[in-house]
Amino acid sequence: MSLVATTPATARPAFLGKVGAGHILLAAALIFYPAVATDFFLTQIGGYSLIFGMIGLSLMILAGYGGMVSLAQITIAGIAGYAVAIFGLNNSNVHGFGWPWWIVAPFAMLLAATASALIGWIAVRTEGIYTIMITLAIATAAFYFAQQNYMIFNGFPGFNGLRAPEFWGVYWRDPVPFYYLCLGCAALAYAAVLYCSRSTFGLTLQAIRDNPRRMRAIGYHVTAHKVFAWFVSGLIAGLAGVLLIWFNGRVSSGTINVAAAINVLVIAVIGGLKHPIGPFLGAVVVVLMQTFAIDIVGAERFNTLIGLVFLVIVFVSPDGILGLWERLKPHLAQDSLRPGP
Amino acid sequence: MPESIVSRLQGTGAHALELDGVARHFGALVALTGISMRIAAGERRAVLGSNGAGKTTLFNAITGDFLPTAGRIKFFGEDITDLPPHERIRRGLRRTYQISQLFNGLSVLDSIFLACRGVSRRRFSLLRPASTDVNMAQAESILNAVHLEGDRDTLVATLSHGQQRQLEIALALAGAPRFILFDEPAAGLSPTERRDLVAILNALPKHIGYIIIEHDLDVALRVSEYVSMMHNGRLFKEGTPREIEADPQVQEIYLGGRHHG
Repeated sequence: MSLVATTPATARPAFLGKVGAGHILLAAALIFYPAVATDFFLTQIGGYSLIFGMIGLSLMILAGYGGMVSLAQITIAGIAGYAVAIFGLNNSNVHGFGWPWWIVAPFAMLLAATASALIGWIAVRTEGIYTIMITLAIATAAFYFAQQNYMIFNGFPGFNGLRAPEFWGVYWRDPVPFYYLCLGCAALAYAAVLYCSRSTFGLTLQAIRDNPRRMRAIGYHVTAHKVFAWFVSGLIAGLAGVLLIWFNGRVSSGTINVAAAINVLVIAVIGGLKHPIGPFLGAVVVVLMQTFAIDIVGAERFNTLIGLVFLVIVFVSPDGILGLWERLKPHLAQDSLRPGP
Repeated sequence: MPESIVSRLQGTGAHALELDGVARHFGALVALTGISMRIAAGERRAVLGSNGAGKTTLFNAITGDFLPTAGRIKFFGEDITDLPPHERIRRGLRRTYQISQLFNGLSVLDSIFLACRGVSRRRFSLLRPASTDVNMAQAESILNAVHLEGDRDTLVATLSHGQQRQLEIALALAGAPRFILFDEPAAGLSPTERRDLVAILNALPKHIGYIIIEHDLDVALRVSEYVSMMHNGRLFKEGTPREIEADPQVQEIYLGGRHHG
């Protein structure tokens, strides 16, 4: 299924009826994954991929549906992360207002979404490559500001000792609970994006991507819709930011540096921007590579390997893994139609 | 011109559109100057003229895409000269474009649905439209009006040129239009598609008036009751299709003196 799927969802009584076999199989595999995975694979690969998949998803909304490629998604996630450190508890003896997690987490998301809307409000004045440039400028500025400002961001060291919440008798940073927490959040974000993609707002955003001039001519406020898309995208990036900080237990300027910003773009491009599942596929590939490339080619060359894989995927399929799948599908179907020997 | 048409078109009744001394300059270039015209509600008018005569600029001034440098524009008696484009759209003014301005990534039905929603109060919604949605029902009926019912779920990018021109008209028909500006709707169409287009235009409800810019005289004269000729940013002649067709000056300027239709 692609971003531009033409099957109208309007005639269906409930959107749950639309959930296909692919989604059910995927959900089953993800739910039973902890039964076979070690703690390392649960958190460092599973949880981490789901978190970065969500940050990639926040980019996919903007780029895939809205035609706005942003390099500031990690910055937006970082804002949520810093909010958790500043308004919750930390071990750095700076701020740490000690608000309970159930206030801090939604507040951090809202703060990230508001910041995202502000960044979007600036960025929507530009198009194409200039949107990338302006968001890169904002991400770079935010990185240096966080690194040099000790009053709010505690400068280079940032904040340590951030603990994930404990409730219902569960410490949610333990491998299995943390994995399910990430899976729940990712599934929620994924389903919401999938649903919204065919809502009036989703269709509007895609139409604005295709032809903003005509959208103005049929009565829409193009800028307002784009800025709202940034807000929604910021909510998802913020949620991922909170999880990332609970996972790492710390946040510093290094969390939001330019390499991290580009990493999100690489994840989204490798996975594909035409469907919300793309960024999650991309995240799995990139996280696996970042974890194991060092074992294959050594500490000095692992970035080269990651770069090469990125080049090959983009060269073979500009639409990422999703595009590769779309291309392979007809061949696979034909193979299955052939008579056996 | 027959007296009945004169009295109907130029009578003192409500005018859909009144232009009074409209001008548009781009620096030293005078694209439009001294355009005054009155178009009755429900009237169907053709605007003819060679390339660069200022026809599309006239449309842009009426829709608000460019504000006129001078002059006033009234729409059903209301002065809309300073209104932004979307406010004019909400008052029932629509346009189509010379080069199709469509949504390539959407289906035909979704495109028309969005056009219907654009003028409703619910144009911002995070919910999926229900099958019983009033805008969806409107979209379905417009789909039939422009003969695209067989391509309801087709991706716009994969439509033929002729179908894209039909969709262009469909987007202008959304949401109770009172007056439509058609900018060369027949451009690039085959003879069969042109016949379809004439049928679509002639089948529009009688209360919907329009101005059509069209280079193809066969189309323009068959779908209009009255014709205005433009040249170098000015209106220089008006008349019924028959009068315009027979006018030697029109033939000289617009047809290069070769047309004897």
